[in-house]
Amino acid sequence: MLQTVLDAKPSEETIAARDTTLAAYHFMLRARQLDDKFAALYRAGKIHGGVFLGRGQEALSAAVGVSLKKTDVFAPLIRDAAGRLAFGETIEDAVRNYLGSALGPMRGRDGNVHRGKPLEGYFPMISHLGAMISVVNGALFARRMKGITGTVGATCLGDGATSTGAFHEALNQAAVEQLPLVLILADNQYAYSTPTSRQFVCADLADKAAGYGVAAHSVDGTDLAACLKTVGAAVGGARAGEGPQLVVAKLLRLCGHGEHDDSNYVDPKLKNSPLGRDCLKVAEELLVREKWADAADLARWRHEITGEIEEAVARVRREPAPDPYDEKWLAISSQHLTDLHDDDAGS
Amino acid sequence: MSITYLEAIREAQARALRDDPRVFIYGQDVGAFGGAFKATKNLAKEFPGRVLDSPISEDAMVGMAVGAAIEGLRPIIEMQFADFSIVGFNQIVNQAATLFWRTNVPCPITLRLPFGGTEGGGPFHSQSIESIYAHYPGLVVLTPATVEDAYSMLLEAVAIDDPVIFCEHKFLYYHLKAEKLPSEALPIGKARIAREGRDLTVVAYSAMVHEALEAAAELAGEGWEIEIVDLRSVKPLDTDTVMASVARTGRLLCVGEAWPWGGVTAEIIARVASEGFGLLDVPPQRLNAKDTPVPYHPNLWMAHRPTARAIAVAARKILRR
Repeated sequence: MLQTVLDAKPSEETIAARDTTLAAYHFMLRARQLDDKFAALYRAGKIHGGVFLGRGQEALSAAVGVSLKKTDVFAPLIRDAAGRLAFGETIEDAVRNYLGSALGPMRGRDGNVHRGKPLEGYFPMISHLGAMISVVNGALFARRMKGITGTVGATCLGDGATSTGAFHEALNQAAVEQLPLVLILADNQYAYSTPTSRQFVCADLADKAAGYGVAAHSVDGTDLAACLKTVGAAVGGARAGEGPQLVVAKLLRLCGHGEHDDSNYVDPKLKNSPLGRDCLKVAEELLVREKWADAADLARWRHEITGEIEEAVARVRREPAPDPYDEKWLAISSQHLTDLHDDDAGS
Repeated sequence: MSITYLEAIREAQARALRDDPRVFIYGQDVGAFGGAFKATKNLAKEFPGRVLDSPISEDAMVGMAVGAAIEGLRPIIEMQFADFSIVGFNQIVNQAATLFWRTNVPCPITLRLPFGGTEGGGPFHSQSIESIYAHYPGLVVLTPATVEDAYSMLLEAVAIDDPVIFCEHKFLYYHLKAEKLPSEALPIGKARIAREGRDLTVVAYSAMVHEALEAAAELAGEGWEIEIVDLRSVKPLDTDTVMASVARTGRLLCVGEAWPWGGVTAEIIARVASEGFGLLDVPPQRLNAKDTPVPYHPNLWMAHRPTARAIAVAARKILRR
């Protein structure tokens, strides 16, 4: 799938850059097409709750996913389909979670973007922004206590989350403990409908890093090559023991907050600015320019992924839904301590 | 030799650290300083690298514990005062309490909450907030009333695979003493009959057990035999022991230091009324703190919380019906 014709003998460095870029692009493309499928299912009334897309943020998210090792910790946010796939999530599990399959990672108990496999280092987000940072800190802290070295933990947030107390507490905590945390901020210009002018007044979110004593990295979030370089450097720095790393990527959310939101509040000037570039198109131009792929490759990949997604959706739609009568209605694992009494529903 | 409630908590933590390498303690001033109440005195020295000062960040303290628990550790988090746990409320009720339900991965963390009123504590160092934690699914909420329970229940809390809210009463820290640490204990989830009687069941927990015992001694002089149920844990709530006691006495008074609206005492009365209405000879009653913030001056504070005298007054009203 990744092979393409090369006309000259490239250097090892170029080969590595090509392979990483192509791998990241594939995750971007898969995420975009998967998101498009979720949007279509949503419009068809096939999804129980909301649908939240990562359109415009795939380059940044994929860069995070491919920069991590499978043994690292990753707590993605709502616009990270690309990063999730790159970290090892299957298309099938993503579909299962949106459709609420009993065989999915959350078994219909939680849905859409709230999914993960904690024991594999893939943490499921809660809705409260900033809350996952300290959980990643805890995992990194525990690994250090257990003598495990070389692990990195990454988590993703948007510009709105920087206004939370949880963000402040956890980034400071990571700095105090000098944990190998990589905090990815997608400065996508809107928190739901609120523009950044109502969120913060510092010139650049990267300026906040100095206040916490952590390293700062800024990047054009629409540029896959730049994202790979910058996120890769941040992950490398954390892995090398240089403490927490804050990456701020500037980009524009190319969709509503969710599919229920027509995002008519987005300033047209932003859409027509460099921030409004579609990172997927920018990446494709790069691939073609570098002769790492041609139009036929791109079309073929798109076709192959469409088939893969259609198959996964068809398969998952035949899977059982959770059954309320079979459900174990116990919120704690210590079964002997469950607080059942005659009033409980179903008894 | 005697040991206080507070020393029992310190000893339980020392033993947990000694017996289980997965245990560590994280909280404000818990390190070299030994904690605001000295519940971790000398532990940082005895267990290097495992008793750590945190920044003043209750949210991040609990979030960090959840991450460490996912990685297989068993953190004990000391909240300096239960009142401050509210700053970490989101991580407690939305992160820790939902993890097992959502992912099937247990979340073995122990949150120690020094709670309840003392003279001069005032509105922000006196709160009893067990009910709001008990309201959320996914949490175990413990309220030991004795030195023995403080020790054995804290050890059991650390061993439980779920998030435990361990409510340790500050008024009992120094007031309560025992001869020695216990070698065996009732399991969590079982209430204890703190005093047997046939005329009235008083259900209480934590410091209120001792106020109720004092009231019972006073009422004994008037010929009344009061039975006192010490709940020990408010979640799970041992409805069976309460019901069995009400079956013997036909009368019920629930006492809680927390505010009245929708709390533990309301829950007990709801359960007894709906599951054991026929056992009651007279309407069940409850006695709680007044529905205002906890006052500072001892005159006001003594009137704000249920005392032995107030319990005796309430009991007489029920007994005379």
